[in-house]
This record gives sequence, structure tokens and C-alpha cells, in this order.
Amino acid sequence: MADEIKTLSAELARDPQSLVFLRLGDLLRQRGQLDAAHRVALNGLERHPHLADAHDLYARLLADKRDYERAFDEWDMARRIAPGHMGALKGLAFLYFKVGDVAQAVAHLEEAERIAPDDFTIQQALAMVRGQPMGSAAARPSGYAVPRPDSPPPSPLPPLPPLPPPPPVAEEPMAPAAGPLEDRRVFAGLEGAQEGLLLLDAAGRVLGGALRDWNGTDVTEAVAAYLAGVSLEAGRTAKLLGLGVWSGLAAEGQLGHVHLAQPGPDALLLVVRDRSVPMGRLAIIARRAAMAARRWLEQQA
Amino acid sequence: MTATDYARTLDLVTRVRGVRGAMLVSSDDGLVVAEHLMEGIKGSAVAALAASLANRLRRAMAAAGVGASVFWHLQCEQGALLVVPAASGIVVVAVAEPDVNVGLVRLELLRAAEVVR
Repeated sequence: MADEIKTLSAELARDPQSLVFLRLGDLLRQRGQLDAAHRVALNGLERHPHLADAHDLYARLLADKRDYERAFDEWDMARRIAPGHMGALKGLAFLYFKVGDVAQAVAHLEEAERIAPDDFTIQQALAMVRGQPMGSAAARPSGYAVPRPDSPPPSPLPPLPPLPPPPPVAEEPMAPAAGPLEDRRVFAGLEGAQEGLLLLDAAGRVLGGALRDWNGTDVTEAVAAYLAGVSLEAGRTAKLLGLGVWSGLAAEGQLGHVHLAQPGPDALLLVVRDRSVPMGRLAIIARRAAMAARRWLEQQA
Repeated sequence: MTATDYARTLDLVTRVRGVRGAMLVSSDDGLVVAEHLMEGIKGSAVAALAASLANRLRRAMAAAGVGASVFWHLQCEQGALLVVPAASGIVVVAVAEPDVNVGLVRLELLRAAEVVR
């Protein structure tokens, strides 16, 4: 493997446009040289932004680093570029399964099965996933809760073998054991559901999600109270200035970024992330959260 | 700073394609300090509303623990309001078309805020 890495590195140095970065990045990843793999993948992605495989490689690396939110974005992008991309379908299925959204995991695996009906690993994964109760964190097989350093966990999604075993179920931020059921459902499957996503009604009452500051203190109620005023003022400003209906308010703070949106006529959504998340990406996260909130609000109606 | 300096600062913001106007507003009372607006935009209304929204947003952001606001952007169907608070208690405001290059306006507003600090 080392020889192959040397050869591929030399080839890439000779021709930076070469697609060997895909193989090189994957080899480095398999050897656990994640930083080097990360650099190779990013450089490749910059040169080939419309190559689904490049997004797939980068997504795998992000998943290795447990940056599941960005991994989701990359696999999502790969799938937009190439709707039948197997890596993206499996990767997305993996992430959905990881957060307990069994229905979505099954849907992605079924799509993968349609494309590669002879791939027994997909059939195996489907059988395993279908055997679990829908939408439950308990849906994870026992191997997920107890990482085995000596052998890979019995993942229902074998196409991603080098991924590290996920943390124990108890550590999952997206499926907390405590808290009202409805709160969990609003942003189910979205990262930060219990510390960086908040859904309010027009009066500033919390409908779902939660917010914590950087010290881990719950600031949900305080922020909710202020946000009702911000929303009213934003609406008034847009109206009086003849700008029509406001659709979003993005704000960059010294320590973090926030994005405010209206998923429904009487609802307000707040997304908060630290400064490492660029404003543009925050807007994408907010769009996804708004869709989840909209679905949830429609179900409540 | 002289009125000419203010005008020159705002001129750089309004040169960005899609920007309808820019102004400097006192965040305490919402009054116009300087303005460079296209016809039809009510400077006093923009100033008052932007300052009020800035103050409410500042409180919400403080409660959320994300620190003081550096830049904010109100996206609307038919336009946008983009604001950068300067250190001197002045906020630099731009009113723009909905499809304006937000990144570019942000940079010019930050530059303007540096000048008026």
C-alpha cells in the first residue's frame, strides 16, 4: 500500500488535475492518515467540484472524523450530481440509520438495491435495518452501542467499513433519552437538535428543540423571549420598507452565528452554530431544519 | 470625520451592484448620521427600523451566548437590509436588491465601519 501511495502521490504531483487523488485519498484514509487524506480530498474537490466521487471521498473522511452534518452535506451533493451514486446512497443511509431514522435509511438502501440488485451487502443491510423498530434510537444493533476495537461493528451498512464505530447510544445528541417526545421529533435526524435548534410559536413559546450556550447552560427560554421581539421587528421593518415578507435573518456574532427563519406563519426557527460554520452553510442547515419544522407543524395541525 | 468623509465611505458601499442605498445610523436613537440613498427610500424610516432591530437582535444574541453582532442580514422577498454595527455606536446600513452579492456588501460595510469607528 505504501508503494502505491508513493506512486499515486508522484502522479498527482506531476498532474494535479489527475483523478488519482480519489484512490490516493482513500488509501491514506484506510491507513488512518486522515489529515493527509483530508488535504488530498479537498484539493481534489477544489479541482473537480462537479465530480460526485470527490464529494463521496470527502464525505467518508468527514464521517471518519464524526463530522456527520458536513458528511451529510457532501453525500447529499454527490447524490445531486449523480442521483444513483452508490457511495452517496449508502452513506446517507448510514447517517439516517445512525440518527434512528430507519424509514429514510431503508429508502436509501432500497434505492441502492434497485441500482445494484446483486450486491448482497445491501440486502444484508436492508434485512438488518428492517428488523428494527421504526424511528427509534434503539434501532441500532447492539454492535453500535459497544464498539469493538478488534473487529468492525456488525454495521447494517457494510459499504462503509473503515468508519469508526459510532459512540454509545447514550452519547447520541440527536436522540436523547429525556425530554418531551415532540421536542425530539421536530428536528429528528438533524445535528444540534438539543443545543442549537429552536422552534417557537409567535408568542415566543418553545415548541421544540433547545439551545445551550458555549458553557453548556440551557438558554432556551431566555432566547425564546427575546426572539419573539426580533421576529415582530423584522416583520415590521420589512413591511414598512416595502421589502415584502421577510424570509430569513442571518447574523454573525463574535462567538457564533445565528439564522432565524419562519417555517410557518406563526412559527419561528432559530439555528445557532459556532463561528467555524460559515454563514452560507448555516443557511443550508436552516433550510433543512425549516423543512423538518414545517413537516412537524403540519402534523400537529 | 467630515460630511465629505462620510459621503465617500457610503459611496463605496453604494457602488456595489444591487445596493439601493447606504447610511450611517446612530444605534442609540435611530437617527440618520449620513445617507446616500436612491430616490424612494425613506432614510429616516430605514434608520429607525434598522436601529430598533439591531438593538433587539443584540439582546437575543447576547442571551444565546454568541457575542456581539458583527454583521446581520435581513432577507426579504423584494430586498434586503444589511447591517454592520461599528464600535462608535453607529450602525452602517445598506438597503439592497434581493439578489445582491451579500459577501461583497458585507465587506464594504465592514470597511465602512472601520472608517467611522
